[in-house]
Amino acid sequence: MFNTVAIGTLLVAIVAILYPLYFIVIASFSEPAEILNGNVWLWPRGFTTEGYSRIFADSTIWRGFANSVLYTALGTAISVISILCGAYALSRKDLYGRTFFMLLFIITMFIDGGLIARYLVVRDLGMLDTTWAVILPGAVGVWNLIIARAFFENNVPGELREAAQLDGANDFRFFFQIVLPLSKPLIFLMIMIHLVANWNAFFDALIYLDDESKYPLQLVLRNVLIQSEVTSSGGTAGLDSYAAAQRLGELIKYGMIVISSLPLLIILPFMQKHFTKGALLGAVKS
Amino acid sequence: MTTQTTRETRNARSHPPRGGIASHVKRMKRSWQLYVLLAPATLLVLVFKYWPMYGAQIAFRNYNPADGFAGSPWVGLEHFSRFVTSFQFERLLANTLTVNALGLLIAFPVPIVLALIVNQLQSERFKKFAQTVLYSPSFISVVVVVGMIHLLFSPRSGIVNNALVALGSEPIFFMGSPDWFRPLYIGSDIWQNAGFSMIVYLAALTAIDPALHEAARVDGASKWQRIKHIDIPGILPVITILFILAIGNLFNLGFEKVLLMQTDLNLPTSEVIQTYVYKAGLQQAQFSYSAAIGLFNSLINLVLLLTFNWIARRAGQSSLW
Repeated sequence: MFNTVAIGTLLVAIVAILYPLYFIVIASFSEPAEILNGNVWLWPRGFTTEGYSRIFADSTIWRGFANSVLYTALGTAISVISILCGAYALSRKDLYGRTFFMLLFIITMFIDGGLIARYLVVRDLGMLDTTWAVILPGAVGVWNLIIARAFFENNVPGELREAAQLDGANDFRFFFQIVLPLSKPLIFLMIMIHLVANWNAFFDALIYLDDESKYPLQLVLRNVLIQSEVTSSGGTAGLDSYAAAQRLGELIKYGMIVISSLPLLIILPFMQKHFTKGALLGAVKS
Repeated sequence: MTTQTTRETRNARSHPPRGGIASHVKRMKRSWQLYVLLAPATLLVLVFKYWPMYGAQIAFRNYNPADGFAGSPWVGLEHFSRFVTSFQFERLLANTLTVNALGLLIAFPVPIVLALIVNQLQSERFKKFAQTVLYSPSFISVVVVVGMIHLLFSPRSGIVNNALVALGSEPIFFMGSPDWFRPLYIGSDIWQNAGFSMIVYLAALTAIDPALHEAARVDGASKWQRIKHIDIPGILPVITILFILAIGNLFNLGFEKVLLMQTDLNLPTSEVIQTYVYKAGLQQAQFSYSAAIGLFNSLINLVLLLTFNWIARRAGQSSLW
């Protein structure tokens, strides 16, 4: 009895999650008229790859893609480096002023200057419409810092450092040559967390960027998917009628969802182990 | 102050006591490399967290860029009273509270139930498969999820309306209806995030001593009884903490998604305090007024957090501090 209900619930949940995703994929390969008439349910009808060829021909999307790659790479690097280094220093019980620095970080989890003040700071720094505005303001997540600190505290035995010190290693050397190689699971976890977060981020770009040529993919997606601004090549120019533009617009939307989500969904199985581990770390800490 | 003293004594024990400011400086000098490691994170937090905190004072001033945060003329609580007495106030407060509280009440238990079920699965392979599927939507961006809602619930060509029509009902203009904003927001939130939250509870469940389950099984306890008497009490501390944190964020939850889901037509239910701050502040450049609204919002959050933490502590549950 219990098993039946439990497995039943779970199967319903799995289908509820997978079917919309599956539908988007088959819809992106289907003739829009077939979707409109409700004929697409289990497999593509009127197979076409026109949506994709339009997407690949569109410079706005490519530029958004390139911008996102840049922001993600740079943002992830800055976040991971500052978090790992900072967390290690904070994990050292002999760091003078440790309580003070911990407090400095933890306070920011509960008190926030607010959107407007943050925007004005970024403006005062002259960062509006620059890459830095997208990357720097949210670079240090205190929650991740705490997870990393807990990892170092639990996984770097004090004896190891004493031994290294006896051998003449200073703090830098110890951190870079001994601690970091021991912390591969943590490094991997942090990279993954920030890759996903940076790739999916849109809000900072929305408020700090005016120049459309700097838009990351998510903002391009927002314009196309939600505000229905037709992309440059999918626009009415060069198309026979409004109806044709509409038809292609739908197809392009389905295709763009697939293309933009594909990179993350492909690496998902490889991340499973690390995310579970990270959740465990977080749970233990709380 | 107390921690300061204990640390001093601890350090004094491990190093020969020297005393005086000179020894502090010496100790800082010896670990200068640690400060270098700490510098980037500290600098980023000071600039992008503390400077805005300092700047939040413009909520009490009439900000103009030339005079900056501290130089603009002081107006006291004027912006706050203007907001509280504005015709928008009640609707914004009600919308914010309804969508977030309702979301919390409905969405919070889902990952717990999922974790309890997945934890019971015998087959390791199915367990892994279920986990991966359940949390995969959390890797999809909010923009894409909202885009999917627009497509799937579209009145003209959306699959949901196709199904409704096939069942003989009228098509519904979901995104243009104030009545449908909350169900869609909360439903899609569960769809996207329940699986990921589930992992935290699963992790907490694996920390429960298997001997407890073994003993209960020997005593003839059913699966349901074991969940009720072992699993749920076992993860209750984690549940409490996550609940307090969620309460503390009640007025912040998913603001970016609300903004994306807004259409002109669903504004009567979808305009919340945070989206209003964004519009008044950044689109209409009413910096001080919207900073005051934002501060009002954070203050409510902080009060809620403190209150519920206090209640949890009084109830003998785990609390944040």
